[in-house]
Amino acid sequence: MTSQLVPPVEQGQRRSTPLPRSGTKRRSLRHGDRYWAYSLILPTAIGLTVFSIWPAIQTFYFSFTKWGTFGGHEWTGLDNYTQVFHDPELLRSLWNTTIFSVMTLLGIPLSIGLAALLNTKGLRGVGVYRAIYFLPVVTMPAAIALVWKLIYNGDTGILNQFLAVFGIDGPHWLSDPATAIYAVGVVSIWSSLGYNMVLFLAGMQSIPGEFYEAASIDGAGPWRQFFGITMPLLTPTTFFVTVITVINALQAFDLVYLMVGRASPAIRDSETVVYLFYAKGILQGDGGYAAAIAFVLLALILLITALQFRVQKRWVHYE
Amino acid sequence: MSDRVLATSAVKPRRSHLVIHVVLIVGSLLMILPFFWEVSTSLKTYAESISVPPTIFPSSPVWKNYADVFVTLPFGAQFLNTVLMTLARTIGQVFFCSAAGYAFARLEFPGRNVIFIAFLSVLMIPSQLFLLSQFQLMQRFGLLNTVTALALPGIFSAFGTFLLRQFFMQLPADLDSAARLDGCNPFQVWWKVMLPLARNGMLALGILTAIWSWNDLLWPLVVNNDPEKMTLSAGLSTLQGQFLTNFPVLMAGSFLASIPMIVLFVMFQKNMLEGIASSGIKG
Repeated sequence: MTSQLVPPVEQGQRRSTPLPRSGTKRRSLRHGDRYWAYSLILPTAIGLTVFSIWPAIQTFYFSFTKWGTFGGHEWTGLDNYTQVFHDPELLRSLWNTTIFSVMTLLGIPLSIGLAALLNTKGLRGVGVYRAIYFLPVVTMPAAIALVWKLIYNGDTGILNQFLAVFGIDGPHWLSDPATAIYAVGVVSIWSSLGYNMVLFLAGMQSIPGEFYEAASIDGAGPWRQFFGITMPLLTPTTFFVTVITVINALQAFDLVYLMVGRASPAIRDSETVVYLFYAKGILQGDGGYAAAIAFVLLALILLITALQFRVQKRWVHYE
Repeated sequence: MSDRVLATSAVKPRRSHLVIHVVLIVGSLLMILPFFWEVSTSLKTYAESISVPPTIFPSSPVWKNYADVFVTLPFGAQFLNTVLMTLARTIGQVFFCSAAGYAFARLEFPGRNVIFIAFLSVLMIPSQLFLLSQFQLMQRFGLLNTVTALALPGIFSAFGTFLLRQFFMQLPADLDSAARLDGCNPFQVWWKVMLPLARNGMLALGILTAIWSWNDLLWPLVVNNDPEKMTLSAGLSTLQGQFLTNFPVLMAGSFLASIPMIVLFVMFQKNMLEGIASSGIKG
């Protein structure tokens, strides 16, 4: 599971110490609290140490080693990292990942538009629309990928048959190196639209209604209200959705693996960084190199996220 | 003044609502189309599924495709594996995360902030960083190709701890002290007083965890390669390799595999969407 933390937008700072501080009776009660607290935390602490913290440390060590074909590994210092920066395949996967990320970002304006429509006062059927747009988010990627493969199929897929009506001869979308990554990107937009929409809708609903009332008294129409009130006040949510979208896109794997796959002639031009990580580490048993790729990815995620936090001051308005 | 504004805006929206509905319905059709195509294809014969021009509805529904799913791959076993993995992860996370979340939110103890920051740092790291090492761990324990291996790492969650901590922090402060004066120890406060009140938070976490687990791909793919021990997600992706062209059966399998989470979503839509809107976190 790849969970991404984002600072909660809706909730402000809360008390960090909810317990009362005074009174000897309470003090003595609190002294024993630590043992209870430690035992309540213990299972998760052990689990996270064994399955996350230790693996991360170990993987960092792996990134400085070379793995033998029959197990075992030897220390090779910075070799993997020097190799990473001279590896045309990795550079290409970075480029593919960039295309994929830019494409998924294009879904953001779309979901803002949808959320704005759903936010219309007194609109009926909002719950039904929301559920429909959200459906792909809860659907298994393996199933989504299969049906889209069918739709994209070059010879018999409905997309090309539909295009043929207009005299367009569609390519083999998923096996053509020129189109595969874009075809996958479209599916990614389709399947994350509802998720972003729900976040934007929540953001819009938290904008106080008085702003709109005042604006309509001043004679501002829906468009001016949208660009003058909704968009500026929504910027914290927009920032937040942009950050998670980028983080998730940089870790894209499922759809590329499922829709393009290693046997496809288009895989070299559509494999993402995480796909390359999987191919090296799991399929080819080159764990040391894969570990280095994973750390390059981590560095990239931290760098881009930090950059976004710096730039946000220029366009995000907090009240 | 304001009455007049309301009056005009009550008449006007009617017409503009119609336009909005048209846009939203067209969008909805685009969202649903792949699902419709999945179900429609799942009921066609192979020949019909590749016919040019395509038929929109199957000429006569071939229900046998659904039976064939169970013959062409160990669908029953994979379904069971997926259910067990999902249950273990969901119950485990809700239980352990609520314990830890409660402690972080409402108890004071030395090192609380340091430990909490350590938890948060796990949340920031892409999960690929854990994969190789987790795999080796499972290998060393001899757990490869077991349901235990599928479920185990997913039982512990920094995200879940964080989410439930937020819920516990919102509860009134007097609750603890009142219960403590009645002679409850912190464990009893958690179990008897806090858990019932944090029901919505736990439900949201439970549903999110269930859906993520059910749909998870990379870890199940890596850790279990025996078809009998795979999850549906991994099973479908390998079935695809073996029966590349048998679209109707593939679609029947895909549809069956995605149904449980769609049902869960429809049932608990409100809790799930609230959980997402308040945490902004995606699996």
